[in-house]
Formats: sequence, structure tokens, C-alpha cells
Amino acid sequence: MSTHRLNCGYVPLVDSAPLIIAQELNYAADEGLNLNLLRQPSWSALRDLLALGHLDAAHMLAPMPIAMSLGLSGMTAQIDALMMLSVNGNVIGVSRDMAGRMRDAGWGGSFVDPVGTARALAQATDAPLKVGIPFPFSMHRLLFDYWLRDAAPFTMITTPPPLMADAVAAGELDVFCVGEPWGSVAVDSGAAELILPGAAIWSFAPEKVLGVRRDWAAQNDGLAGALMRAVYKAAQWLDTPQNHALASDILARSEHLDLPENAIDHALTGNFAITQTSEPVDVPNFLKFHRNAATFPWRSQAAWIGAHIAKLHGLDKGHATKVAQGCFRTDLYRKHLSGVGVDMPGASAKLEGAMANRTAVASTRGDMILGPDAFFDGAVFDSGDPK
Amino acid sequence: MSESLKIAVVEPDRARAIEIIDALRADGWADVTVIAEMSSLARKLAELNPDLVLIDLSNPSRDSLEQVSAASDAQGRPVAMFVDQSDDEMTAAAMAAGLSAYVVGGLTPDRIKPVLKTAIARFQMMRQMRRELDAAKQALVDRKTIDRAKGMLMRARAITEEDAYALLRKTAMDQNRKVIDVAEALLTAAALLK
Repeated sequence: MSTHRLNCGYVPLVDSAPLIIAQELNYAADEGLNLNLLRQPSWSALRDLLALGHLDAAHMLAPMPIAMSLGLSGMTAQIDALMMLSVNGNVIGVSRDMAGRMRDAGWGGSFVDPVGTARALAQATDAPLKVGIPFPFSMHRLLFDYWLRDAAPFTMITTPPPLMADAVAAGELDVFCVGEPWGSVAVDSGAAELILPGAAIWSFAPEKVLGVRRDWAAQNDGLAGALMRAVYKAAQWLDTPQNHALASDILARSEHLDLPENAIDHALTGNFAITQTSEPVDVPNFLKFHRNAATFPWRSQAAWIGAHIAKLHGLDKGHATKVAQGCFRTDLYRKHLSGVGVDMPGASAKLEGAMANRTAVASTRGDMILGPDAFFDGAVFDSGDPK
Repeated sequence: MSESLKIAVVEPDRARAIEIIDALRADGWADVTVIAEMSSLARKLAELNPDLVLIDLSNPSRDSLEQVSAASDAQGRPVAMFVDQSDDEMTAAAMAAGLSAYVVGGLTPDRIKPVLKTAIARFQMMRQMRRELDAAKQALVDRKTIDRAKGMLMRARAITEEDAYALLRKTAMDQNRKVIDVAEALLTAAALLK
């Protein structure tokens, strides 16, 4: 069988794992693909190379294809998300100085109290908070904004994740929102404490997507399908608990991530230390690759992202939402994955935030469990009528 | 032809920064400032308020510029990554040379293109030099590794240097591997057995 080489860009984070595992465990080879995995120094570099056609597919922050399609980020290009690569996986941390002031303000140090922690953060500072995020078009920014915008004033400062701990130590940042392992790295360095997992803000937040140019997907239908099947199988393998140890080993050993093994473990198991001295805590739903239909690119999640970007950038909400929904290719997901026995939800949009617990829903095979997908404030987002 | 453009070059490597400044000055742009320290990049740029920012495509701090470009500069002018849709060739050439440029709004492509041409030429030259330097460094490291492996074989099997090298080469050829890979494997295994 002849193999087809695809240039795949990624940023060295734990949630690039589905692409790496698809190649390393031969799921790609089974589909006749050879993934040429190209590590990128920044999201902007990855974006430019994808837009210009140097990359065929890429590991991307979920808001990136939407922002690019709206013409907000770099060169305008119609980029689509074929499927999700991961759900959740971010943490919010503060400088140790800020943590001390939050305690003085009566904060109990709970890791899963979004309302109390926001209040303590607001009380602990007079000036606008300096908040580090990895990229302007990221779930980090959208989730943080959603969480804190009514509680306290803040300014966002884009900081590459590997520099986050240093920026906190230097007093340039009070707070940061970042993907693992960089939260744990900041804790280990002694500069920071973790105060909230992203999953406490939205318990089922889209995080990374498999992005391609729309014209590439149209011209390479067979390759797109093969890539989606390989990545789907990798995600399934990654989300099987007995594979976590081997996954950490493969990811750490491969030249792709260049991270210590225990840093990868934290993210895969959802078990990590939130301060330098405390015992590790278990964070349920910390990072999902496959469970609860995590690979399905819900159009309602695209709409949430589009509506939020519209608000931050002063765009027409109806237009942004429509463009966003068009970027999440549920049509291709159904077309290419139905044939290999993947359970498909009955609808391509859902009421975001309606499930406080795991919930059985209508699906083609009848055994789909979704959720929880609640927002911290109990809001329900209806993409049919974006507010 | 040199108009007073204020240019910022984001480059932590001093030698590279000097190369870029010299090339720009030689072609008539005198107002060039280097930002070498990557912390608070966005704030420093806002203070400097340049017309044009040049940064290496491989610089991880490039994402910090996205924030500047997503907002606007100190005077409220929009800042954007320079992409001239009418001149894809130049955009591609910049990308291939590893250069990205950010410009403030209101500057016409005619004013930017000459600067970019100079910068692209210099970036291409530096990229080639870096490639050659990396290759030379790697060759030196490889030679040291192979020398150590040879020494180990000479002691362990009481053979000459030529025989030790011949053995490494034969093993590499038999296993369809590179000599350096066999040498590395030998040293790793020897370290484990100590």
C-alpha cells in the first residue's frame, strides 16, 4: 500500500498527543498515511504556515480557525476544524504573593470554588490584574474572561507558556491561564500556586481542534477521512486509563514533546500538586481526548466561541456565530467516522451548559453518555438563539 | 529614498541583531531599535511605538506580538501582520527566510516593501550561515562520540584504531544504520553496564 505524507503542525503540549500517537502507534500507517510531525515555535507561526499551505493539518487552539475565518488573526484564511483533539486541560494559577493576599482576604484555598476564588482574587488587588495567556485567540482567554469579567478588572498579556513561570516570578503577571504541563512547571519553580482548573469554569470546554484549510478538505476528501480515523483511534487509545503509563512513556521518549515524563503524567491522570508543599489533588474531567464524545466538533460550541469573540472584538454576533458554526465540520465527522462504528449523536448542536451530570443521549449506537458540561454560573447557552 | 520609518527588530541574539541593523542602515534606514529582552515585549513595543516590527519566525515570543496586533498601537493605529495579498511571492519569500513583519495601519506597501526586501536578504544570509554553523557543530560532536566509541573498542578488544573504526563501520552497514548511531548505542550500553 502506498503511503501519503501529510505535513502536520503542532505546538509541544500534552494535548498534541492524538497526532503524535496516531503516527507513533501506526494508526496513521494503517490508513495509508505518514504524518510528518512539524513542531512549531509559536501559534502564530503555525497559523501562517497552515494558511500558506506549508502545513496540511494542524493541532490548533479551538478559537483559531474561527478567528482566522473571521479575518481577525493574521492572514485571512478559511480554516475548518475537522474534529476536536481535546476537551479541557487548562489551569489558572497566581503568583505566591497574590495567593498570600487572597488568603488574607479570607480565601480558603479550595481548588474547585470558582465563585469564592473569583471573589478572593478581586478583593486581593486594587489595580487591574495582569493576566498571562498563551494566545489572544485561545480558550484560555475566553474562559478567563467568562469567569472573571464581572468580578474584577484585568488586562491580558500574551506570554509563551514556557516563559509563564519566569514572568510570574518577575512580577510581570499576577495570574495566568495555561495548559499543562506549564501550570505544574510554574508550581515546581516555586513562583506560583494553582487556584482553579479550567474545567471548573466550563466542565466540557472545547480546547484543541484538528484544523485544515477548507479548500484542502474539499480537494482531499479521502486523505481528510483517513487522517480523522487515525486521530480518532489515537484519541480512543489515549483515553483508556491502562494506557496512560505507556502514553506518558511514548510522549516523553519521542522527540516531539521534549518534556519530563512526570509533567505529562499530571495532565493524563488529572492528578497534580497545586502548591509546592501540598499533596496532589485529583481533578475530575481535567483533560479528555475521547470520553463523552470529546472528538465531536459540536456546532453549539463553535457558536459559543464565535459569540464570545464577537463580544470581545465588537463584531456582529449573528455573523460571527454563523461563520463559527460553519468552521466546525460535523458533516465531515459524520461522513468519515460513521463507517467505522463511531457512535454519532442525534444532533450536531446541544444546549451548552445544560448537563450538571453525565447524561445518556440519543445516538446511532445508543450508548452515548455526554457531560457534565455545566458552566460555573449555571448559564445555559442556546446556539439557536445566541444572546 | 530613505524615508523616516521607525523600525523595531525583536532579536535576543546580539550578533544577529547587529547584522540586521547594519543591513538596514546600509540601505538607508537609520531609525532602528533592537529589543533583545523578551519579557514585557508588548509593553516595550507600545512605548517604542514603531512603524514596523521585524521578528524571526522561529522566535517563541512572536505570539506576544499577536496581542499588539489584535489591539492597536499607542496612537490607536491598527497593527497587523504584514501580508500583501497582491504580492504572494514576497510573503512566501519572507516566510522561507524565517522573517515575519508587523506594520501599523496607514503605511502603504510601497513604503514597506523596500525594507522587507533588505530584511529578507539579510535573514536568508543569516539562515544559511546558521545552518552551516549547526552542521559544523554537529560534525564536531559526532566526531568526539565516534572517537570515544573507538577508544572503548580498542581497550575492550585490544585492537588498533583502524580496526576499531572498521568494526563500527561494518556494524553500521550490516544494520543499515549510521556510524554515529552505532557509536552512540555502544556508549549508552557501556554506561549502563558500568
